[in-house]
Amino acid sequence: MPSASQTPPEPGMPDLAARRQAMAWAGAATADELRDVLAQAGALPEAENLRAPETGLVMVRGRIGGDGRAFNAGEATVTRAAVRLPGGEIGFAYHLGRDRARARLAAILDAHWQRPEARPALAAALAEIAGRRADAAQQAARKAAATRVTFFTLARGED
Amino acid sequence: MYVAVKGGEAAIDNAHRLLAEVRRGDPAVPELTVAQIREQMRLLVDRVMTEGSLYDPDLAALALKQARGDVVEAVFLVRAYRTTLPRFGATEPVDTGAMTLARRISATFKDLPGGQVLGPTFDYTHRLVDFGLADAGSPDPAAEAEPEADAAACPRVTDLLGQAGLLEPSPPDEGAPVGDLTREPVDYPADRAVRLQGLARGDEGFLLALGYSTQRGYGRTHPFVGEIRVGAVELAFTPEELGFPVSLGTVALTECQMINQFHGHGAVPPQFTRGYGLVFGQGERKAMAMALVDRSLRAAELGEPVAVPAQDQEFVLAHCDSLQATGFVEHMKLPHYVDFQAELELVRRLRAEHAARAAAPAPASDESPLREAAE
Repeated sequence: MPSASQTPPEPGMPDLAARRQAMAWAGAATADELRDVLAQAGALPEAENLRAPETGLVMVRGRIGGDGRAFNAGEATVTRAAVRLPGGEIGFAYHLGRDRARARLAAILDAHWQRPEARPALAAALAEIAGRRADAAQQAARKAAATRVTFFTLARGED
Repeated sequence: MYVAVKGGEAAIDNAHRLLAEVRRGDPAVPELTVAQIREQMRLLVDRVMTEGSLYDPDLAALALKQARGDVVEAVFLVRAYRTTLPRFGATEPVDTGAMTLARRISATFKDLPGGQVLGPTFDYTHRLVDFGLADAGSPDPAAEAEPEADAAACPRVTDLLGQAGLLEPSPPDEGAPVGDLTREPVDYPADRAVRLQGLARGDEGFLLALGYSTQRGYGRTHPFVGEIRVGAVELAFTPEELGFPVSLGTVALTECQMINQFHGHGAVPPQFTRGYGLVFGQGERKAMAMALVDRSLRAAELGEPVAVPAQDQEFVLAHCDSLQATGFVEHMKLPHYVDFQAELELVRRLRAEHAARAAAPAPASDESPLREAAE
């Protein structure tokens, strides 16, 4: 699957793809960042729990040889939440880790994303976080690139 | 008759209070935080995640703090924790070809797309103790360079070699159910997917020794490191209520592709065969050992004799789990007073009979003497 967290949601994207990217970005954000995003978009963080935030497991699958049959590599902790806004919009979140407050905020964000009028402001606020993450990723890539080996061929022989 | 013995409650409570105090160490020394363990003992955290079979760096760091740094005890805590949680499902299989690479090396191909990226490695260090680390200080910032154009598309080495038919392809995914040894007991012979699950959570020391044994001649497999890659992959999961995959976030993984000389058999032409290792975090030694043992355990499938421990599925899979092993070994220190009392009675009786036989006159006989071992 193309990495959903690499680029921020853009206004012209089809609805589902844009929502998935927004969810991925919310998943990469801290709880404080999510509160900021909601505040910046003027979205109230009040919502009713459809499913109280809950921590569980997912089985992480790999493939034999990297591209073959699937096998179970080991589990990971995941926290999920589902909320409903007063207007009836329903939002979900599934994140690695055990941060229930963060999952609930992300679900609220996803619910607000269902309101077309809230989307541009949410997308703009998420794009800021996306920019910060992209900078960090770029710096990590630059540090890795500095450890790339350059080979020299040593000529030996009679002439 | 079963005799229950009670007692020791106060001693046990006080032992645990003493443990808590000793765990803390000298109160004049600042207490370790979980974040410090997670950031600065990262390879240890990665090992606990891998052998605990649960990706959660903060949980593994906390378990290490509680276990006073005892890896197997920390694995025990992590495994116990996971039994308290419901399982939401399984992720899409990770695509290691799309990994954001922190490190990627091949010992078989010098020039390959994406290059050899050393990343943060102990390789090529001099292994001299750095006494400077005894004092607090900040390291020099890491060097930076412009990533080359081919760095983004970094195919697995096995994908390149496989195209020429020199390398056996991975077993194709035909959508069969994926065996899970945490849900069903292992039946032998075990399917390769189940074996890999067992090896992934197996004890690093045990698998390292077994892998080493194959190199020393106990079931040679002529291995080369086709590729080791370390980095982050995104996990995709499809919740039932949504019906489309969501990104759960990224996990760090280490993958090892071992490629092994193979002479072919029957209808199979000579080609390179493969062993595979995949672990949480940065765990190259474990991933390599896993790949070596994965290949060894394919002996029967590849028409090789099954003669040594590393080729014996049951020997490897039934003994590689540190938690199972420590459970059975360490339970022996718990009270066995009644069992031992029975053994004591038996030995006393046998000794009395032995003494009685020794005192009796030797029977006249031409039987050959019983053979005895040297000790």
